[in-house]
Amino acid sequence: MKTTRREFISTGGLLMVYFASPVLALAQYTSPNPGQSGKSHGNEFVDTWIRIESGGKVVISAGKVEFGQGIRTALAQIAAEELDVDFSRIQMTEVDTSYSPDEFYTFSAISIQQSGGRVRKACAQARQILLQLAADELTVTTAGLSVSDGVILDGGQATTANYWSLLEGKNFNAVVPDEVVVKDRKDYTLIGQPIQRLDIPAKVYAQASYLCDMRLPGMVHARLVRPPRTGLSLLRAETDGINSMPGVIKVIRDGSFLAVLAKREQQAVNAAKSLASTCHWQTTVDETNSDNISAWLKTAPAKTYPVTSRSSDKTADVTQTLSAEYSRPFLAHASIAPSSALALWDGNNLSVWSHGQGMYPLRGAIARAVDLKQDQVRCVHVESGGVYGHNGADDAACDAAVCAMSLPGQPVSLQWSRTDEFCGEPLGSAMTVSTQAGLDQHGRIASWKQVVWSGTHSTRPSGPDGAGNLLYAQSKDQPLPSPPLRSIPQPSGGADRNSVPIYVIPEIDVTKHLVEAMPLRVSALRSLGAYANVFAIESFMDELALASKADPFEFRLAHLSDDRASRVLNRLRDQSDWSNRPEGGSGEGWGMGFAKYKNLAAYTAVVIKLQVTDSGDIRLDRAQAVVDAGLVVNPDGVRAQIEGGIVQACSWTLKEQVNYRPGAILSKDWSTYPILTFPEVPDVDVEIIDQGDHAWMGVAEAAQGPTAAAIANAVAHACGVRVRNTPITPNKVNAT
Amino acid sequence: MTIDFTVNGKSVSLNIDPETPLLEVLRNDLELNGPKFGCGLAQCGACSVLLEGRSTRTCVTPVSAVNGMKITTLEGLGNEDHPHPLQLAFIEEQALQCGYCVNSMIISAAALLQSNPNPGNDEIKQALAGNLCRCGAQPRILRAIKRAAAASGGNGS
Repeated sequence: MKTTRREFISTGGLLMVYFASPVLALAQYTSPNPGQSGKSHGNEFVDTWIRIESGGKVVISAGKVEFGQGIRTALAQIAAEELDVDFSRIQMTEVDTSYSPDEFYTFSAISIQQSGGRVRKACAQARQILLQLAADELTVTTAGLSVSDGVILDGGQATTANYWSLLEGKNFNAVVPDEVVVKDRKDYTLIGQPIQRLDIPAKVYAQASYLCDMRLPGMVHARLVRPPRTGLSLLRAETDGINSMPGVIKVIRDGSFLAVLAKREQQAVNAAKSLASTCHWQTTVDETNSDNISAWLKTAPAKTYPVTSRSSDKTADVTQTLSAEYSRPFLAHASIAPSSALALWDGNNLSVWSHGQGMYPLRGAIARAVDLKQDQVRCVHVESGGVYGHNGADDAACDAAVCAMSLPGQPVSLQWSRTDEFCGEPLGSAMTVSTQAGLDQHGRIASWKQVVWSGTHSTRPSGPDGAGNLLYAQSKDQPLPSPPLRSIPQPSGGADRNSVPIYVIPEIDVTKHLVEAMPLRVSALRSLGAYANVFAIESFMDELALASKADPFEFRLAHLSDDRASRVLNRLRDQSDWSNRPEGGSGEGWGMGFAKYKNLAAYTAVVIKLQVTDSGDIRLDRAQAVVDAGLVVNPDGVRAQIEGGIVQACSWTLKEQVNYRPGAILSKDWSTYPILTFPEVPDVDVEIIDQGDHAWMGVAEAAQGPTAAAIANAVAHACGVRVRNTPITPNKVNAT
Repeated sequence: MTIDFTVNGKSVSLNIDPETPLLEVLRNDLELNGPKFGCGLAQCGACSVLLEGRSTRTCVTPVSAVNGMKITTLEGLGNEDHPHPLQLAFIEEQALQCGYCVNSMIISAAALLQSNPNPGNDEIKQALAGNLCRCGAQPRILRAIKRAAAASGGNGS
């Protein structure tokens, strides 16, 4: 195993420690100094974001975490570009509440907009300060100065001054002003380049990269005993015999929270299994199950929100009215890595290493849940499997904290089982979407009405006030109150994300019904409500096109006034060879779907080409996508996000549904929650239209909805069967 | 009970509960990072190693079952100084997102290439049918395996 070099740098009196390999670094550095965290490294300070290191390095601290989406590499590109240094000089730190900027969660496909903009401004300001220092030293004005890989040039000639000599390890001691002159885009040399990701080599060489690769001296192992679904009370558990099992250190029970700690991992697994067999859980009489949930949503007590209402002066001459209803079931994040965490309590301070999406909000929530002050808690992000939203990671972090606090001085590694994850993680809410549209005599859409029924898409434990959303906080003897139902407002929206068609329609009316109490635990899953809304809108657009006897591309283009949207559609029509689309009903189907994510971010259009067999089996052949995400920082990163989004959405749309009955989730492993397997994955081609004159926009969630609709439309084209409820299974194709 | 086996060319002798999963021994006792815990049910492949050259799920393999056998993990296939063609190809194709499944994919691909140095697309997909990836990196993984096959002498077609 490679030994990594440890380095110390001082920022505003705070000792900051980092290593080339963050996981090993954290494994070696376990004595946090959280009492000094806080104002000294606020987001407004240049020094919070950037540190010019002796030895020709630049350290960038951002507040967005990596989970395989390539954000750290993209931010490093932005920093190197703005500073005019070679990319290899940039080192990115992990997100650590003892020194990182607070950028809340890494979510909603907005990291480039948020963190990218902040890193760019901080680096631009740093560069200006360095140029002024150089001008002072060289007794010239800054007007003739420029920078080449950190060396100051005067009139194009290298001087003796460089970033590293100018600052001599000192702080910038400056704030980032609201307005900073940043580099002109025509001068970019790094932004726009497909630079390879920083984290990939260590992962393919099996160097320590993940939370599970942290092994602290004296570390013990924890496993949980969970109910068959969340929210059930533990009525009885026999813990006596468990304490005497091999290796068992202790059993922890707090209300309905139950955990075992053991010296070896398998000993913890064995003890948890034995303990589970003694448990009696409350039973429930819920009226819903996975078969009736979409209908139940429409009858459940809900808060109603008008999303948008637009009327026209001219009374539309509607000659034909169509209506349809679409739904999706509960979906699981289903990371390949079940949630885990590592925690250490030294009697005064708590350190938690977590793969959650927001270390600062997590710190506040854990502190509240375990009755500590926030400055007694340090949360550090370390990678694990992809999360795709709010999965069990935050819960596991709190679980580990609780276990660690029962064993001062000993690090506790807590691992959720596969079943813990499926039965405990907050799911993507089931949704039902109804659409109704009027067509005029020219086959144009005169009016559109859409109604969305859904549970909330936001139960993150966001700081102290959100602590009641943690599983431990809900399970413990003195449970914390549940935070109030959260409706994410437009323009982003939660359940109503992308519920407003972007097409030119004279009259539009959209309403959201947010169900107050869902039968299963729910929260944010990649793209929130956009998946179901775009599935509904883009399926319905094809149904309307059919009623208007129009081609799906032509029909959409006729209802678009946004040139960038039209350009994406036109490009995809050419790329997909759409003019050679086979005849409908041939068994071979081509379908398309389109959306502008959140109606304010990336434009993504997808064509799916597939086969439907006589028995209703669906075989995906090919997915083709065209994306306009404005200015692109790393085209291969954008391509990877769209490719992955398409493949994941294919899985959601063809295969996935969380099955449950009152009192138990039945989808508890990969045999009962199957996802797309390798032979089922289509070929995927992605083309990016680089719009360098426009702002950069996130893409990570942009492909989910268009892919779902493209599949449904392709199935309808292949065999004439319109399936409006995902997953689109052979049974549904055959049932019509 | 003493169990003897070979990992990445090194002899190992452990006095250990014979029912301990091989995965725990490799990860926790031998501190190897390649094989990962994914499901504990032999359903996802994250824990795979080469056991006598065959891709094997270590989460359901008791350590006693490998007595006297040879194991190769991801770190045993190659390293930065002496990389395996698959490792180079996965970097070149940027064939992972979170990367939690990359062990599974490279190990299974290595076993495939040993028996079939020039696999076609369908053969690769079938060989990896039991290896789950949630990020949707499969198109890139497919390209990476073909690239590695070509680099190793096959034409990769």
